[in-house]
Amino acid sequence: MLKDASFLRRALLTRHSVLPGFDLALGFTVLYLSFIVLIPLSAAFLKTATMTWPAFWDAVTAPRVLASYRLTFGASLGGALINAVFGLVVAWVLVRYDFPAKRFIDALVDLPFALPTAVAGIALTALYAQNGWIGQFLPFKVSFTPLGVFVALTFIGLPFVVRTLQPVLEDLHKEFEEAAATLGASRWQTFRLVIFPILAPALLTGFALAFARALGEYGSVIFIAGNMPMVSEITPLLIITKLEQYDYQGATAIAVVMLVAAFILLLGINALQGWARSRQGR
Amino acid sequence: MTTTPVPLAPPRLRNATTEPAWVKWTLIGVALAFLTFFLFIPLAIVFVEALKKGWGVYLAAVVEPDAVSAIQLTLIAAAISVPMNLVFGVAAAWCIAKFEFKGKSLLLTLIDLPFSVSPVISGLIFVLVFGLQGWFGEWLRDHDLKVIFAVPGIVLATVFITFPFVARELIPLMQAQGTEQEEAARVLGANGWQIFWRVTLPNVKWALLYGVILCNARAMGEFGAVSVVSGHIRGQTNTMPLHIEILYNEYQFAAAFAVASLLALLALVTLGLKYAVEQRVKHQKRDATTGVNE
Repeated sequence: MLKDASFLRRALLTRHSVLPGFDLALGFTVLYLSFIVLIPLSAAFLKTATMTWPAFWDAVTAPRVLASYRLTFGASLGGALINAVFGLVVAWVLVRYDFPAKRFIDALVDLPFALPTAVAGIALTALYAQNGWIGQFLPFKVSFTPLGVFVALTFIGLPFVVRTLQPVLEDLHKEFEEAAATLGASRWQTFRLVIFPILAPALLTGFALAFARALGEYGSVIFIAGNMPMVSEITPLLIITKLEQYDYQGATAIAVVMLVAAFILLLGINALQGWARSRQGR
Repeated sequence: MTTTPVPLAPPRLRNATTEPAWVKWTLIGVALAFLTFFLFIPLAIVFVEALKKGWGVYLAAVVEPDAVSAIQLTLIAAAISVPMNLVFGVAAAWCIAKFEFKGKSLLLTLIDLPFSVSPVISGLIFVLVFGLQGWFGEWLRDHDLKVIFAVPGIVLATVFITFPFVARELIPLMQAQGTEQEEAARVLGANGWQIFWRVTLPNVKWALLYGVILCNARAMGEFGAVSVVSGHIRGQTNTMPLHIEILYNEYQFAAAFAVASLLALLALVTLGLKYAVEQRVKHQKRDATTGVNE
């Protein structure tokens, strides 16, 4: 069998297999991945490599760009924090309690994944505008301010914390809580000292996923933000603005900064997930 | 004569592993209030605003030629990108789940990459490759081909954005299912395609459908990436989300929400299907990790 194994099999397989199709499947996967993802992505890095370092630095640290980072990172962080707090409550309620229409509500939690961002954008803008259903009751402006950016980023990050916490909560052994109660812990102590430490890695993962998603978000934000330079202009919009002015280098330089931030987050999230799995003893 | 034993009245003790009722209902209240403000009301307002000026305006907005061509383009983009990523997802899952090879974890990370790239940047990279100033820009112009500001660019950006969906649903399930059934089929003399069609595919069909549903929803709803490569030519390179943006910026709110309501309906259908399929996948995963292999 080994004799007639192909070059790819001999070079890559670490365990012998009788199943066919490895060469074809891996070859196609790598080719498709390269053409659709890797080569186009490398274009961004190669484009910035043609810039001189000072030109790159000026492009990515101009005051208007810095203001957009502050808004994007700040609002993403705020949205992810709100989602961490309320997502924990929602996940807890959905796993632990019974109440009317629970299944329906559970299914609807994924709405921000399924609803196109442009639809979410105009819906939130209409709601939080000064004459909108919610906006008219608020003493301050939300639509067309940085606060609007925060609202949109909270919406799109909502499912992440809930969906990472739910399976962990479902698998939680009741014995831990019983043991804590037997040893005289109050319910709050049990939550704080027993349940929460088990949930913490998943909570942090959900938080990081929501944050990462918010950093790159565009569609739901641009309608509600008002898009004033230095005030309510997010970084992805700034990239588009530069593109429309045919400043390809400027746009790509900012894109590379955002890409690097996203990749660092991705590595962090992978590490977090590994930690979460080892915490759960899997 | 039998009498059922009368249980002693239980002492008024609270179950030590549940919360007092007031805590429970407060938490439910908080959760529902949060979801109401951030989910239910935004969903409701789409339909309310769409029908504000009556069914006549609603229908007119949906059957108007620009809207129809936007709907067509959205369907075309999804009809091309979903099958492409479906084939890719199956191929990737086959080699990753059924074989042990060097560089596997790197491959897994790279497959997830498009999820962490901002939609705007996903569009930008295709402009850098196929745009007039890009790598193939001059060659494409000389041969009178258009990718950016045309349908191929929209399809490419959509393929990129929805790249991991099918693969990431299939891989964990197929890894959990292992290779024993396929190996048995092989030993019994089945060839590769027979193994795939008769053993592997029936085992993963629900996860496959699940991935396709998610992939399709994202393909039809993508806004940022498509916005960068489309050029916004009415009646030609406008997808439904881009059409919504144009209507909204022209203050045609009822029309914008009418088209938006179609996409919101699609989202609801997606969630319904997703929920139904999710139950089946859960069963299959449980079978894969317990029963069958023992």
